[in-house]
Amino acid sequence: MSNEELKVKITELLPAATFEEGGEWLTTNIEPKDWLPLAQQLRNDDSLYFDYLFCLTCIDWKTHLTMVYHLSSTKYRHNIVIKSKLDRSNPEIETVSHIWRTAEFHEREVYEMFGVNFLNHPDLRLLILPDGWEGKNPLRKDFEDPINMIKL
Amino acid sequence: MFEEVGTTTEGDIIINVGPQHPATHGVLHLVITLNGETIKKVEPHLGYIHRSIEKMCESLSYRQFIYVTSRMDYLSSHINNHACALCVEKGLQVEVPPRAQVIRVLMDELTRIASHELWWGAMAMDLGAFTPFFHAFRERESINDIMEETCGARLTMNYMVPGGVMQDLHPNFQKKVKEFMQLYKRKIHEYDELVTGNIIFQNRMKNVGYLSAEDAVSYGCSGPAARGSGVSCDIRKIYPYEIYDKLEFDEVLETGGDSFARYMVRIREMQQSIHIIEQLIDNIPEGDFQAKTKAVLKLPKGEFYTRVETARGELGVYIVSEGGTTPYRIKFRSPGFSNLSVLDHIARGSKLGDLVAMMGTLDLVIPDIDR
Repeated sequence: MSNEELKVKITELLPAATFEEGGEWLTTNIEPKDWLPLAQQLRNDDSLYFDYLFCLTCIDWKTHLTMVYHLSSTKYRHNIVIKSKLDRSNPEIETVSHIWRTAEFHEREVYEMFGVNFLNHPDLRLLILPDGWEGKNPLRKDFEDPINMIKL
Repeated sequence: MFEEVGTTTEGDIIINVGPQHPATHGVLHLVITLNGETIKKVEPHLGYIHRSIEKMCESLSYRQFIYVTSRMDYLSSHINNHACALCVEKGLQVEVPPRAQVIRVLMDELTRIASHELWWGAMAMDLGAFTPFFHAFRERESINDIMEETCGARLTMNYMVPGGVMQDLHPNFQKKVKEFMQLYKRKIHEYDELVTGNIIFQNRMKNVGYLSAEDAVSYGCSGPAARGSGVSCDIRKIYPYEIYDKLEFDEVLETGGDSFARYMVRIREMQQSIHIIEQLIDNIPEGDFQAKTKAVLKLPKGEFYTRVETARGELGVYIVSEGGTTPYRIKFRSPGFSNLSVLDHIARGSKLGDLVAMMGTLDLVIPDIDR
Protein backbone atom coordinates (compact mmCIF):
# COMPACT_ATOMS: atom_id res chain seq x y z
CA MET A 1 0.00 0.00 0.00
CA SER A 2 1.17 3.51 -0.70
CA ASN A 3 1.21 6.17 2.01
CA GLU A 4 -2.05 7.64 0.71
CA GLU A 5 -3.83 4.28 0.77
CA LEU A 6 -2.51 3.63 4.26
CA LYS A 7 -3.82 7.01 5.35
CA VAL A 8 -7.31 6.17 4.15
CA LYS A 9 -7.19 2.78 5.82
CA ILE A 10 -5.95 4.13 9.17
CA THR A 11 -8.61 6.86 9.14
CA GLU A 12 -11.19 4.13 8.64
CA LEU A 13 -9.85 2.16 11.60
CA LEU A 14 -9.34 5.15 13.87
CA PRO A 15 -11.06 8.40 12.86
CA ALA A 16 -9.34 10.29 15.69
CA ALA A 17 -5.86 9.72 14.21
CA THR A 18 -4.00 12.72 12.82
CA PHE A 19 -1.21 12.64 10.29
CA GLU A 20 2.11 14.45 9.88
CA GLU A 21 3.20 15.54 6.44
CA GLY A 22 6.64 15.50 4.93
CA GLY A 23 8.15 12.30 6.25
CA GLU A 24 9.36 9.40 4.18
CA TRP A 25 6.78 7.15 5.78
CA LEU A 26 3.25 7.86 6.90
CA THR A 27 3.42 9.30 10.42
CA THR A 28 0.31 8.88 12.54
CA ASN A 29 -0.42 10.58 15.84
CA ILE A 30 -2.74 8.78 18.21
CA GLU A 31 -3.89 8.96 21.82
CA PRO A 32 -2.24 6.42 24.17
CA LYS A 33 -5.63 4.84 24.96
CA ASP A 34 -6.16 4.02 21.25
CA TRP A 35 -2.82 2.30 20.87
CA LEU A 36 -3.60 -1.27 21.90
CA PRO A 37 -6.73 -1.75 19.71
CA LEU A 38 -5.00 -0.07 16.77
CA ALA A 39 -1.87 -2.20 17.24
CA GLN A 40 -3.95 -5.37 17.12
CA GLN A 41 -5.62 -4.25 13.91
CA LEU A 42 -2.32 -3.22 12.33
CA ARG A 43 -0.91 -6.65 13.04
CA ASN A 44 -3.94 -8.78 12.21
CA ASP A 45 -5.65 -6.96 9.34
CA ASP A 46 -4.91 -8.90 6.15
CA SER A 47 -4.39 -5.85 3.99
CA LEU A 48 -2.04 -4.18 6.50
CA TYR A 49 -0.14 -7.09 8.05
CA PHE A 50 2.45 -5.07 9.98
CA ASP A 51 4.31 -8.02 11.46
CA TYR A 52 7.72 -6.46 12.00
CA LEU A 53 8.25 -3.84 14.69
CA PHE A 54 11.70 -2.66 13.72
CA CYS A 55 12.12 0.26 16.06
CA LEU A 56 10.51 1.28 19.32
CA THR A 57 11.74 4.33 21.13
CA CYS A 58 10.80 7.45 23.01
CA ILE A 59 11.66 11.14 22.74
CA ASP A 60 11.72 13.59 25.63
CA TRP A 61 10.32 16.95 24.49
CA LYS A 62 10.74 18.50 27.98
CA THR A 63 6.97 19.22 28.12
CA HIS A 64 5.88 15.70 27.25
CA LEU A 65 7.23 12.35 26.06
CA THR A 66 6.51 10.88 22.65
CA MET A 67 6.51 7.15 22.04
CA VAL A 68 7.57 6.26 18.49
CA TYR A 69 6.84 2.90 16.88
CA HIS A 70 8.26 2.04 13.46
CA LEU A 71 6.38 -0.81 11.82
CA SER A 72 7.00 -2.71 8.64
CA SER A 73 5.30 -5.49 6.77
CA THR A 74 7.39 -8.39 5.50
CA LYS A 75 4.56 -9.30 3.13
CA TYR A 76 3.70 -5.96 1.51
CA ARG A 77 6.92 -4.06 2.35
CA HIS A 78 5.10 -0.94 3.47
CA ASN A 79 6.12 1.03 6.55
CA ILE A 80 4.33 3.22 9.04
CA VAL A 81 5.31 5.33 12.03
CA ILE A 82 2.96 5.59 15.00
CA LYS A 83 3.46 8.30 17.59
CA SER A 84 1.75 8.84 20.87
CA LYS A 85 2.10 11.73 23.28
CA LEU A 86 2.52 10.79 26.92
CA ASP A 87 2.20 12.84 30.07
CA ARG A 88 5.72 13.54 31.33
CA SER A 89 4.96 13.24 35.04
CA ASN A 90 3.05 9.97 34.75
CA PRO A 91 3.82 8.33 31.39
CA GLU A 92 1.73 5.24 30.79
CA ILE A 93 0.91 3.20 27.70
CA GLU A 94 -0.24 -0.34 27.04
CA THR A 95 2.43 -2.88 26.21
CA VAL A 96 2.46 -4.52 22.79
CA SER A 97 4.93 -7.24 23.74
CA HIS A 98 2.30 -9.95 23.20
CA ILE A 99 1.70 -8.71 19.61
CA TRP A 100 5.33 -8.15 18.64
CA ARG A 101 7.62 -10.12 20.93
CA THR A 102 10.57 -7.85 20.23
CA ALA A 103 8.73 -5.09 22.12
CA GLU A 104 9.42 -6.85 25.41
CA PHE A 105 13.12 -5.92 25.38
CA HIS A 106 12.64 -2.57 23.71
CA GLU A 107 9.97 -1.56 26.22
CA ARG A 108 12.22 -2.53 29.09
CA GLU A 109 14.89 -0.27 27.62
CA VAL A 110 12.44 2.64 27.28
CA TYR A 111 11.16 1.97 30.81
CA GLU A 112 14.59 2.42 32.36
CA MET A 113 15.84 5.17 30.08
CA PHE A 114 12.67 7.32 30.06
CA GLY A 115 10.57 6.00 32.93
CA VAL A 116 7.61 5.05 30.77
CA ASN A 117 5.33 2.58 32.53
CA PHE A 118 4.13 -0.12 30.15
CA LEU A 119 0.85 -1.48 31.44
CA ASN A 120 0.50 -5.28 31.52
CA HIS A 121 4.12 -5.83 30.52
CA PRO A 122 5.10 -9.36 31.58
CA ASP A 123 8.49 -8.49 33.04
CA LEU A 124 9.06 -4.75 33.45
CA ARG A 125 12.47 -4.55 35.17
CA LEU A 126 15.78 -2.84 34.56
CA LEU A 127 17.63 -4.44 31.65
CA ILE A 128 20.75 -2.39 31.02
CA LEU A 129 21.13 -0.22 34.11
CA PRO A 130 22.42 -1.71 37.37
CA ASP A 131 20.13 -2.38 40.33
CA GLY A 132 19.12 0.71 42.24
CA TRP A 133 18.73 3.01 39.25
CA GLU A 134 14.95 3.20 39.42
CA GLY A 135 13.64 6.73 39.24
CA LYS A 136 16.61 8.29 37.46
CA ASN A 137 16.08 8.10 33.73
CA PRO A 138 19.32 8.78 31.83
CA LEU A 139 17.87 9.66 28.44
CA ARG A 140 15.54 12.32 29.80
CA LYS A 141 16.76 15.81 29.09
CA ASP A 142 16.87 16.87 32.74
CA PHE A 143 19.00 13.92 33.84
CA GLU A 144 21.91 15.07 35.96
CA ASP A 145 25.11 13.16 35.48
CA PRO A 146 27.11 13.78 38.66
CA ILE A 147 30.45 12.45 37.43
CA ASN A 148 30.03 13.98 33.97
CA MET A 149 30.69 10.73 32.19
CA ILE A 150 28.24 10.98 29.33
CA LYS A 151 28.46 14.59 28.28
CA LEU A 152 31.65 15.27 26.37
CA MET B 1 20.70 -10.89 40.68
CA PHE B 2 19.66 -13.84 42.80
CA GLU B 3 16.00 -13.10 43.43
CA GLU B 4 15.17 -15.43 40.53
CA VAL B 5 15.95 -18.34 42.83
CA GLY B 6 12.62 -17.72 44.52
CA THR B 7 10.62 -18.18 41.32
CA THR B 8 11.99 -21.57 40.40
CA THR B 9 10.74 -24.94 41.46
CA GLU B 10 12.60 -27.28 43.72
CA GLY B 11 15.55 -29.04 42.18
CA ASP B 12 16.32 -26.36 39.63
CA ILE B 13 19.83 -25.06 39.30
CA ILE B 14 20.72 -21.45 38.55
CA ILE B 15 24.02 -20.88 36.85
CA ASN B 16 25.68 -17.68 35.73
CA VAL B 17 27.43 -17.58 32.38
CA GLY B 18 29.56 -14.49 32.17
CA PRO B 19 29.99 -11.55 32.40
CA GLN B 20 33.53 -12.83 31.86
CA HIS B 21 33.13 -15.97 29.83
CA PRO B 22 35.00 -16.92 26.66
CA ALA B 23 31.85 -18.07 24.82
CA THR B 24 30.04 -14.77 25.19
CA HIS B 25 32.76 -12.85 23.31
CA GLY B 26 32.42 -9.89 25.57
CA VAL B 27 30.76 -8.93 28.78
CA LEU B 28 27.37 -10.57 28.47
CA HIS B 29 25.85 -12.02 31.60
CA LEU B 30 23.34 -14.84 31.23
CA VAL B 31 21.46 -16.23 34.20
CA ILE B 32 20.38 -19.71 33.21
CA THR B 33 17.80 -21.81 35.01
CA LEU B 34 18.45 -25.49 34.53
CA ASN B 35 16.55 -28.62 35.29
CA GLY B 36 19.22 -31.26 35.18
CA GLU B 37 20.92 -30.40 31.93
CA THR B 38 17.84 -28.95 30.24
CA ILE B 39 17.49 -25.20 29.93
CA LYS B 40 14.30 -23.78 31.44
CA LYS B 41 15.08 -20.12 31.07
CA VAL B 42 17.87 -17.87 29.84
CA GLU B 43 17.86 -14.36 31.16
CA PRO B 44 20.34 -11.84 29.82
CA HIS B 45 21.63 -9.10 32.09
CA LEU B 46 23.03 -6.32 29.98
CA GLY B 47 24.87 -3.09 30.53
CA TYR B 48 28.41 -4.13 31.40
CA ILE B 49 29.71 -2.19 28.41
CA HIS B 50 26.93 0.39 28.13
CA ARG B 51 28.46 3.75 27.25
CA SER B 52 25.22 5.59 26.62
CA ILE B 53 26.19 6.38 23.05
CA GLU B 54 22.73 7.79 22.31
CA LYS B 55 23.04 10.38 25.08
CA MET B 56 26.62 11.16 24.11
CA CYS B 57 25.58 11.85 20.53
CA GLU B 58 23.12 14.51 21.72
CA SER B 59 26.06 16.75 22.58
CA LEU B 60 28.16 15.98 19.50
CA SER B 61 27.97 17.66 16.11
CA TYR B 62 26.82 15.83 13.00
CA ARG B 63 30.44 15.32 11.95
CA GLN B 64 31.62 14.13 15.34
CA PHE B 65 28.93 11.64 16.30
CA ILE B 66 29.81 9.28 13.47
CA TYR B 67 33.10 8.39 15.15
CA VAL B 68 31.37 7.18 18.28
CA THR B 69 29.29 4.73 16.27
CA SER B 70 32.39 2.79 15.19
CA ARG B 71 32.47 1.59 18.78
CA MET B 72 29.02 0.02 18.63
CA ASP B 73 29.36 -2.96 16.35
CA TYR B 74 33.12 -2.78 16.08
CA LEU B 75 33.25 -5.61 13.56
CA SER B 76 31.18 -3.66 11.03
CA SER B 77 32.34 -0.18 11.91
CA HIS B 78 32.35 0.89 8.25
CA ILE B 79 28.70 -0.02 7.92
CA ASN B 80 27.76 1.80 11.15
CA ASN B 81 29.50 4.93 9.87
CA HIS B 82 27.81 4.43 6.54
CA ALA B 83 24.35 4.34 8.12
CA CYS B 84 25.00 7.57 10.04
CA ALA B 85 26.46 9.32 7.01
CA LEU B 86 23.43 8.29 4.94
CA CYS B 87 21.07 9.62 7.57
CA VAL B 88 22.83 13.00 7.76
CA GLU B 89 22.91 13.17 3.96
CA LYS B 90 19.19 12.47 3.87
CA GLY B 91 18.65 15.50 6.08
CA LEU B 92 21.04 17.72 4.15
CA GLN B 93 19.86 16.39 0.78
CA VAL B 94 23.43 16.00 -0.42
CA GLU B 95 24.19 13.98 -3.52
CA VAL B 96 27.12 11.64 -2.99
CA PRO B 97 29.56 11.44 -5.93
CA PRO B 98 29.57 8.08 -7.79
CA ARG B 99 33.17 7.36 -6.84
CA ALA B 100 32.37 7.73 -3.16
CA GLN B 101 29.34 5.46 -3.52
CA VAL B 102 31.41 2.69 -5.07
CA ILE B 103 34.15 3.07 -2.47
CA ARG B 104 31.55 2.86 0.28
CA VAL B 105 30.01 -0.32 -1.08
CA LEU B 106 33.45 -1.90 -1.56
CA MET B 107 34.37 -1.10 2.02
CA ASP B 108 31.04 -2.39 3.31
CA GLU B 109 31.44 -5.70 1.57
CA LEU B 110 35.07 -6.13 2.68
CA THR B 111 33.88 -5.43 6.21
CA ARG B 112 31.13 -7.99 5.86
CA ILE B 113 33.64 -10.64 4.82
CA ALA B 114 36.02 -9.71 7.65
CA SER B 115 33.18 -9.84 10.17
CA HIS B 116 31.93 -13.21 8.97
CA GLU B 117 35.50 -14.54 9.00
CA LEU B 118 35.89 -13.60 12.62
CA TRP B 119 32.50 -15.06 13.47
CA TRP B 120 33.40 -18.31 11.72
CA GLY B 121 36.70 -18.69 13.55
CA ALA B 122 35.32 -17.72 16.92
CA MET B 123 32.27 -19.91 16.61
CA ALA B 124 34.31 -22.96 15.69
CA MET B 125 36.53 -22.19 18.67
CA ASP B 126 33.48 -22.10 20.95
CA LEU B 127 32.60 -25.57 19.76
CA GLY B 128 36.07 -26.80 20.60
CA ALA B 129 37.93 -26.56 17.30
CA PHE B 130 40.83 -24.18 17.67
CA THR B 131 42.47 -24.46 14.23
CA PRO B 132 39.74 -22.67 12.20
CA PHE B 133 40.42 -19.55 14.23
CA PHE B 134 43.87 -19.26 12.68
CA HIS B 135 42.56 -19.96 9.19
CA ALA B 136 39.96 -17.24 9.55
CA PHE B 137 42.43 -14.72 10.87
CA ARG B 138 44.83 -15.41 8.02
CA GLU B 139 42.31 -14.04 5.50
CA ARG B 140 40.96 -11.41 7.83
CA GLU B 141 44.44 -9.97 8.32
CA SER B 142 44.78 -9.14 4.65
CA ILE B 143 41.47 -7.25 4.77
CA ASN B 144 42.69 -5.36 7.82
CA ASP B 145 45.89 -4.48 5.98
CA ILE B 146 43.86 -3.10 3.06
CA MET B 147 41.78 -1.05 5.48
CA GLU B 148 44.84 0.21 7.30
CA GLU B 149 46.39 1.56 4.12
CA THR B 150 43.33 3.49 3.04
CA CYS B 151 41.62 4.41 6.30
CA GLY B 152 44.55 4.47 8.72
CA ALA B 153 42.89 2.11 11.14
CA ARG B 154 42.28 -1.59 11.42
CA LEU B 155 39.14 -1.81 13.50
CA THR B 156 37.45 1.53 14.15
CA MET B 157 37.78 2.99 10.68
CA ASN B 158 35.85 6.31 10.84
CA TYR B 159 36.25 6.56 7.08
CA MET B 160 32.76 7.53 5.95
CA VAL B 161 31.84 11.18 6.42
CA PRO B 162 28.69 13.07 5.42
CA GLY B 163 29.04 13.66 1.68
CA GLY B 164 31.40 10.82 0.83
CA VAL B 165 34.54 9.32 2.29
CA MET B 166 37.31 11.00 4.24
CA GLN B 167 40.16 10.56 1.77
CA ASP B 168 40.81 8.91 -1.56
CA LEU B 169 41.77 5.26 -1.92
CA HIS B 170 45.39 4.28 -1.42
CA PRO B 171 47.12 3.64 -4.79
CA ASN B 172 47.65 -0.01 -3.78
CA PHE B 173 43.98 -0.59 -3.01
CA GLN B 174 42.90 -2.30 -6.22
CA LYS B 175 46.01 -4.48 -6.38
CA LYS B 176 45.68 -5.55 -2.76
CA VAL B 177 41.97 -6.34 -3.04
CA LYS B 178 42.61 -8.49 -6.11
CA GLU B 179 45.38 -10.32 -4.29
CA PHE B 180 43.02 -10.89 -1.39
CA MET B 181 40.36 -12.33 -3.66
CA GLN B 182 42.89 -14.67 -5.23
CA LEU B 183 43.92 -15.84 -1.77
CA TYR B 184 40.32 -16.17 -0.64
CA LYS B 185 39.29 -18.26 -3.63
CA ARG B 186 42.27 -20.55 -3.10
CA LYS B 187 41.43 -21.04 0.57
CA ILE B 188 37.64 -21.08 0.70
CA HIS B 189 37.42 -24.85 0.23
CA GLU B 190 39.41 -25.27 3.45
CA TYR B 191 36.49 -23.81 5.36
CA ASP B 192 34.17 -26.50 4.17
CA GLU B 193 36.75 -29.25 4.56
CA LEU B 194 37.68 -28.19 8.07
CA VAL B 195 34.30 -27.37 9.53
CA THR B 196 31.18 -27.45 7.35
CA GLY B 197 31.48 -31.08 6.28
CA ASN B 198 32.71 -32.29 9.65
CA ILE B 199 30.26 -34.81 11.06
CA ILE B 200 30.83 -33.84 14.69
CA PHE B 201 30.23 -30.22 13.80
CA GLN B 202 27.07 -31.03 11.87
CA ASN B 203 25.68 -33.09 14.72
CA ARG B 204 26.21 -30.21 17.08
CA MET B 205 24.58 -27.68 14.75
CA LYS B 206 21.69 -29.44 13.09
CA ASN B 207 18.29 -29.33 14.83
CA VAL B 208 19.74 -27.05 17.48
CA GLY B 209 18.12 -23.75 18.32
CA TYR B 210 15.17 -23.99 15.96
CA LEU B 211 13.60 -20.63 15.09
CA SER B 212 10.49 -20.48 12.94
CA ALA B 213 10.03 -17.76 10.34
CA GLU B 214 7.06 -16.29 12.19
CA ASP B 215 8.94 -16.07 15.48
CA ALA B 216 11.98 -14.59 13.76
CA VAL B 217 9.87 -11.69 12.49
CA SER B 218 7.96 -11.29 15.74
CA TYR B 219 11.17 -11.12 17.77
CA GLY B 220 12.55 -8.54 15.37
CA CYS B 221 15.42 -10.73 14.19
CA SER B 222 17.26 -9.56 11.12
CA GLY B 223 20.31 -10.45 9.10
CA PRO B 224 21.57 -14.04 8.88
CA ALA B 225 19.70 -14.95 12.07
CA ALA B 226 16.37 -14.36 10.30
CA ARG B 227 17.47 -15.44 6.83
CA GLY B 228 18.39 -18.84 8.26
CA SER B 229 14.66 -19.23 8.90
CA GLY B 230 13.75 -18.22 5.37
CA VAL B 231 12.69 -14.65 6.15
CA SER B 232 13.63 -12.35 3.32
CA CYS B 233 14.99 -9.31 5.14
CA ASP B 234 18.13 -8.13 3.34
CA ILE B 235 17.86 -4.33 3.38
CA ARG B 236 20.26 -4.17 0.43
CA LYS B 237 17.59 -5.92 -1.64
CA ILE B 238 14.35 -4.65 -0.12
CA TYR B 239 15.14 -0.98 0.41
CA PRO B 240 18.32 -0.52 -1.65
CA TYR B 241 20.67 2.29 -0.75
CA GLU B 242 23.76 3.60 -2.60
CA ILE B 243 24.28 1.48 -5.71
CA TYR B 244 23.02 -1.86 -4.43
CA ASP B 245 20.05 -1.84 -6.81
CA LYS B 246 22.46 -1.84 -9.79
CA LEU B 247 24.54 -4.74 -8.54
CA GLU B 248 24.00 -8.37 -9.19
CA PHE B 249 23.89 -10.51 -6.08
CA ASP B 250 21.54 -12.96 -4.41
CA GLU B 251 19.86 -12.68 -1.09
CA VAL B 252 21.00 -15.80 0.73
CA LEU B 253 18.11 -17.71 2.24
CA GLU B 254 18.07 -21.01 4.09
CA THR B 255 14.93 -22.68 5.31
CA GLY B 256 16.26 -24.94 8.04
CA GLY B 257 15.79 -22.44 10.87
CA ASP B 258 18.39 -24.21 13.01
CA SER B 259 21.93 -23.22 13.89
CA PHE B 260 23.30 -24.98 10.83
CA ALA B 261 21.05 -22.95 8.52
CA ARG B 262 22.25 -19.70 10.08
CA TYR B 263 25.81 -20.94 9.70
CA MET B 264 25.29 -21.70 6.02
CA VAL B 265 23.75 -18.27 5.38
CA ARG B 266 26.92 -16.55 6.53
CA ILE B 267 29.20 -18.89 4.62
CA ARG B 268 27.25 -18.28 1.41
CA GLU B 269 26.98 -14.57 2.11
CA MET B 270 30.76 -14.23 2.05
CA GLN B 271 30.75 -15.58 -1.50
CA GLN B 272 28.07 -13.06 -2.50
CA SER B 273 30.20 -10.27 -1.06
CA ILE B 274 33.15 -11.49 -3.12
CA HIS B 275 30.86 -11.44 -6.14
CA ILE B 276 29.90 -7.81 -5.45
CA ILE B 277 33.53 -6.77 -5.03
CA GLU B 278 34.41 -8.48 -8.33
CA GLN B 279 31.83 -6.35 -10.14
CA LEU B 280 33.15 -3.12 -8.69
CA ILE B 281 36.89 -3.41 -8.24
CA ASP B 282 37.72 -2.66 -11.89
CA ASN B 283 34.90 -0.15 -12.30
CA ILE B 284 35.63 2.51 -9.72
CA PRO B 285 34.59 5.75 -11.44
CA GLU B 286 36.95 8.70 -11.49
CA GLY B 287 35.95 11.94 -9.83
CA ASP B 288 35.47 13.42 -6.40
CA PHE B 289 35.44 11.23 -3.35
CA GLN B 290 33.50 13.73 -1.30
CA ALA B 291 30.67 16.14 -2.04
CA LYS B 292 31.13 19.75 -1.00
CA THR B 293 29.45 20.33 2.34
CA LYS B 294 29.52 23.21 4.79
CA ALA B 295 32.05 23.12 7.61
CA VAL B 296 29.28 23.20 10.22
CA LEU B 297 26.38 20.95 9.36
CA LYS B 298 22.85 21.89 10.35
CA LEU B 299 20.00 19.50 9.70
CA PRO B 300 16.56 20.98 9.06
CA LYS B 301 13.87 20.43 11.67
CA GLY B 302 12.43 17.00 11.25
CA GLU B 303 13.04 13.30 11.60
CA PHE B 304 15.28 11.11 9.51
CA TYR B 305 15.55 7.35 9.52
CA THR B 306 17.91 5.14 7.54
CA ARG B 307 18.14 1.39 7.45
CA VAL B 308 21.23 -0.49 6.32
CA GLU B 309 22.32 -4.10 6.37
CA THR B 310 25.30 -4.70 8.63
CA ALA B 311 27.02 -8.04 8.99
CA ARG B 312 24.61 -8.87 11.82
CA GLY B 313 21.38 -7.51 10.41
CA GLU B 314 19.37 -4.37 10.16
CA LEU B 315 20.85 -1.24 11.69
CA GLY B 316 18.50 1.71 11.95
CA VAL B 317 19.63 5.25 12.63
CA TYR B 318 16.86 7.59 13.77
CA ILE B 319 17.77 11.27 14.06
CA VAL B 320 15.36 13.81 15.49
CA SER B 321 16.54 17.30 14.63
CA GLU B 322 15.41 20.62 16.00
CA GLY B 323 17.37 22.51 13.34
CA GLY B 324 20.54 22.87 15.40
CA THR B 325 24.09 21.63 14.95
CA THR B 326 23.60 18.64 17.21
CA PRO B 327 20.87 15.99 17.11
CA TYR B 328 18.02 16.48 19.57
CA ARG B 329 17.61 12.76 19.97
CA ILE B 330 19.28 9.87 18.26
CA LYS B 331 18.33 6.23 18.39
CA PHE B 332 20.33 3.30 17.09
CA ARG B 333 18.23 0.28 16.37
CA SER B 334 20.99 -2.27 16.70
CA PRO B 335 20.56 -5.73 15.21
CA GLY B 336 22.23 -7.46 18.14
CA PHE B 337 19.72 -6.22 20.69
CA SER B 338 16.77 -7.80 18.91
CA ASN B 339 18.71 -10.92 17.97
CA LEU B 340 19.65 -11.45 21.62
CA SER B 341 16.01 -11.23 22.71
CA VAL B 342 15.25 -14.44 20.82
CA LEU B 343 17.91 -16.44 22.68
CA ASP B 344 15.60 -17.33 25.58
CA HIS B 345 12.94 -18.52 23.14
CA ILE B 346 15.19 -20.81 21.10
CA ALA B 347 17.18 -22.12 24.06
CA ARG B 348 14.27 -23.36 26.16
CA GLY B 349 14.14 -27.10 26.30
CA SER B 350 17.58 -27.72 24.83
CA LYS B 351 20.68 -28.92 26.56
CA LEU B 352 23.13 -26.56 28.20
CA GLY B 353 25.92 -27.70 25.90
CA ASP B 354 23.97 -26.53 22.86
CA LEU B 355 23.65 -22.98 24.15
CA VAL B 356 27.07 -22.13 22.80
CA ALA B 357 26.06 -23.26 19.31
CA MET B 358 22.98 -21.03 19.47
CA MET B 359 24.81 -17.99 20.77
CA GLY B 360 27.52 -18.51 18.17
CA THR B 361 25.12 -18.51 15.24
CA LEU B 362 23.20 -15.47 16.48
CA ASP B 363 26.58 -13.71 16.18
CA LEU B 364 26.22 -11.50 19.22
CA VAL B 365 28.54 -8.53 19.53
CA ILE B 366 28.08 -7.10 23.00
CA PRO B 367 28.97 -3.42 22.42
CA ASP B 368 26.33 -3.47 19.70
CA ILE B 369 23.71 -4.75 22.14
CA ASP B 370 24.57 -2.38 24.98
CA ARG B 371 25.49 0.70 22.93
